[in-house]
Amino acid sequence: MLKLNINKKDYELNIDPNTPLLWVLRDIVGLVGTKYGCGIAQCGACTVHLNGEAVRSCVTTVSRAAGQKVVTIEGLSVNGDHPLQQAWLELDVSQCGYCQAGQIMSAAVLLKENKNPTDKDIDNAMEGNICRCGTYLRIHKAIQLAAEIQRKG
Amino acid sequence: MEPSKTTHSRRSFLRSSLLAGGGLMISFSWLPEAVKAANGIDAGVPGQWSELTGYIRITPDNVIRILNPNPEFGQNVMTSLPMIIAEELDADWEKIVVEMGPHDNVKLGPQFTGGSNSVRMYWKPMREAGAAARAMLLQAAAGTWSVPVEELTTKAATIFHEKSGRSATYGSFATKAAAIPVPKEIHTKAVKDFKILRKAQKNVEGSKIVTGKPLFGLDYHQEGMLIAMIQHPPAFGMKLQSFDASQALGMPGIKDVFSLKLYPEGFEQGGFDTRTFNELLVVVGKTTWEVMNARKKLVAQWQPAGDTKDTMAGRNGKREVTVPGELESTDSQLAKMEAFSKQPAQQLRKDGDPESAFRNAAQIIERTYNAPFLAHNCMEPMNFFADVTDEKALLAGPLQAPGWTEPTLSKILNLPPEKIEIRMTRMGGGFGRRAYGHYLSEAALISRKVKAPVKLIYTREDDMTYGIYRPMYTATYRAALDANKNLIAFHVKGGGIPEHAIHANRFPAGAVDNYLAEGWQIPSNITIGAFRAPRSNFNAAAEQSFLDEVAEAMGKDPIDLRLELLKRAKEKPIGEKNDYDADRYAGVLQLVREKSGWGKPENKKYHRGVAAYFCHNSYAAHVVDMVMKDGRPFVERVYSAMDCGIVINTDAATNMVEGAVTDGIGNAFYGRLSHKEGKAEQNNFHRYRMIRHSEAPDKIEVHFVQNDLDPTGLGEPPFPPVFGAVANALYKATGKRHYDQPYLNPPPKTATKPENKRPF
Ligand code: FES
Ligand code: FES
Repeated sequence: MLKLNINKKDYELNIDPNTPLLWVLRDIVGLVGTKYGCGIAQCGACTVHLNGEAVRSCVTTVSRAAGQKVVTIEGLSVNGDHPLQQAWLELDVSQCGYCQAGQIMSAAVLLKENKNPTDKDIDNAMEGNICRCGTYLRIHKAIQLAAEIQRKG
Repeated sequence: MEPSKTTHSRRSFLRSSLLAGGGLMISFSWLPEAVKAANGIDAGVPGQWSELTGYIRITPDNVIRILNPNPEFGQNVMTSLPMIIAEELDADWEKIVVEMGPHDNVKLGPQFTGGSNSVRMYWKPMREAGAAARAMLLQAAAGTWSVPVEELTTKAATIFHEKSGRSATYGSFATKAAAIPVPKEIHTKAVKDFKILRKAQKNVEGSKIVTGKPLFGLDYHQEGMLIAMIQHPPAFGMKLQSFDASQALGMPGIKDVFSLKLYPEGFEQGGFDTRTFNELLVVVGKTTWEVMNARKKLVAQWQPAGDTKDTMAGRNGKREVTVPGELESTDSQLAKMEAFSKQPAQQLRKDGDPESAFRNAAQIIERTYNAPFLAHNCMEPMNFFADVTDEKALLAGPLQAPGWTEPTLSKILNLPPEKIEIRMTRMGGGFGRRAYGHYLSEAALISRKVKAPVKLIYTREDDMTYGIYRPMYTATYRAALDANKNLIAFHVKGGGIPEHAIHANRFPAGAVDNYLAEGWQIPSNITIGAFRAPRSNFNAAAEQSFLDEVAEAMGKDPIDLRLELLKRAKEKPIGEKNDYDADRYAGVLQLVREKSGWGKPENKKYHRGVAAYFCHNSYAAHVVDMVMKDGRPFVERVYSAMDCGIVINTDAATNMVEGAVTDGIGNAFYGRLSHKEGKAEQNNFHRYRMIRHSEAPDKIEVHFVQNDLDPTGLGEPPFPPVFGAVANALYKATGKRHYDQPYLNPPPKTATKPENKRPF
């Protein structure tokens, strides 16, 4: 029996401990906001927070997440109004939208650790998240806007 | 108000009916011929164009729902099509509820996302649906208040009678309006009166996306649903010989393992029934991870398929096509293309006497361009949900053209179309790939076999190695200059595996006295499909690089040369079938010249490249500003000019162009799917290089030509000329012309740290 805490909720799961967290979230827990894009830590679509750090859930075994705090896009904010979510809507970032949960989750860790990220900081933090639709420019601006919203409180 | 030009008596009909519980529902139908005639849509698009319909529902409490008919894959059609209806209805956009429509080609029209057609084909019907509904509401109000209808005005879903000071919402008249016959003549707004269109309206699904709501096919869930995965042959030209499922079957959670034949013997394939492998291995189980693990335990023997035959449906009856069995490699493909390019080819267009012009030329410039197969790499891999019994079928997932897949399903499932329900989810990208519904058919057959609802999931590897790629292309361009450096002849001979890309009637056809276009193709077992601006995405790279080089040889500015040629095409066009408007083409070049400060000294620090192209009835031009950092080219800024007629949603349109530019840079620099003995050499993003965050431009400035022309394509047209502009900038940056795509091969390493911060 594995104990998981996902978005502040406790779960007890009887599951193969080698199962990637991604598939536990999607298939077992029913949180499908975390996306599958590559399965090999190359695209960032599956990014979640593990104890506040951005991890690729497709290569993170559920056993590693056991007893830790997992946050997914569904739990990033209670009302969907995290500064990043606000900024994403303000700048209408999404095209197909498939990559965006992962983008936001990567950006959220950056903003938590760095209240005033430079272009370079953003580049570094976001390099692992692919967007085939090519919305990088808006993602970049939205992160800057979110930092501003966050600073203003 | 302008009366609509279409009369409804002959070619179309409107129906209105009472919703259960009161309220007005208006559905709007069109015969396909009328749609094509009205919008200039290429009637050659395969598949069935059925009736067009828009949906409006108004409840007595003034809730207005608009059904979006067309599948959404990121082009923002879920927002832009309902905007058109809301505009003519004179509704309050902020209060409109948008819903994805069901698959119903009779009520909702072609429901096809592709060819940059969504707005083009729905523009007129949606405007008229909105205007008709408004007229009926007005008539209902006039009757109720006993005032002349001419004295009524509307604003934000409310009707006003100024004289008497009365006003009431649309909703209060909805029931009454439903009983009113649809007006014979429909008056749509004057473009200058638009309040909702030509402005920035937010993506109606934006907040669902950023909060991770289930929207996509992969998110679709039904109680008791099983997960299925396929195992396709490891290489193009291979097929299943035998397999042993015993180990896989013993794995936890596994329900069934079997081989599946997709199409029966002699099945007549339509244009979008492309499938690479007809027989697949299938593993079905409880969860994705269990199925993935079990699939690794499959023991399968594969063998060369040899030459095989496909039966293709066609207008003039079916025909047999031989699919060669060779296990192809990129080197052998290139060698074959080179050999073919020297053979006589099919003449596609000829003006004047190009042979003698080339014979008499003072200078001939000849260049050959090559481009590889490209994988679509939609971020959401192919997948589909199916719940199929002997009586009926429910399918749900991401696809671009339900109306093309349904007849196929009907045949292979032996079910009448009315027993097949297809639900369209939001798509995690499409780019043409999801017009090919083989994965739907596979899901349906799997569900029927295991007698359970099933979600078929392709892994990234399955997706990338399956085929349906952008074809492999080559083209040799020749230009003849006379002693005064005038361009006297132009020749393009293009080929490809398995098709060439040549659009013989496009620029510079029409601008040069002596012109020749030829094409040839080499059959292959590597399947291909539409890829964001098919063919154009190669032509705009090759032709626009070539023109740059010709301009240089002529001692001319590249924009000036293009403008001179376009002037010629306008004033003294050569030939008759030039399919572009020289003024609009020149317009985007002039606009981009102005906005980019072309030739201005302050831009000297950039290596600048320009290109323009016409496709999907729209015009696009880009100026790319490149810099070199640590010996690597980066596109720092891009200026884009677009002419796509009326812009429906300004900010979303800008986003689309920004995306096309970024996607174009990525594919131009890195896009490549190569083969070795039939095997795709790239199977995931560690081998298939995608553009990444730090490699996107810092600035993309998008300008639209302002005109009142009916909207034309937008999703695709800005994509192709990016390739040419990048190639031309790269020449400035490196002093070397780049003839082979991708331009950076092998690609530079990414700064990506694939590992998580903490090793695990
Ligand atoms: S799915 Fe995990 S990084 Fe791509
Ligand atoms: S928005 Fe489509 S992949 Fe990023």
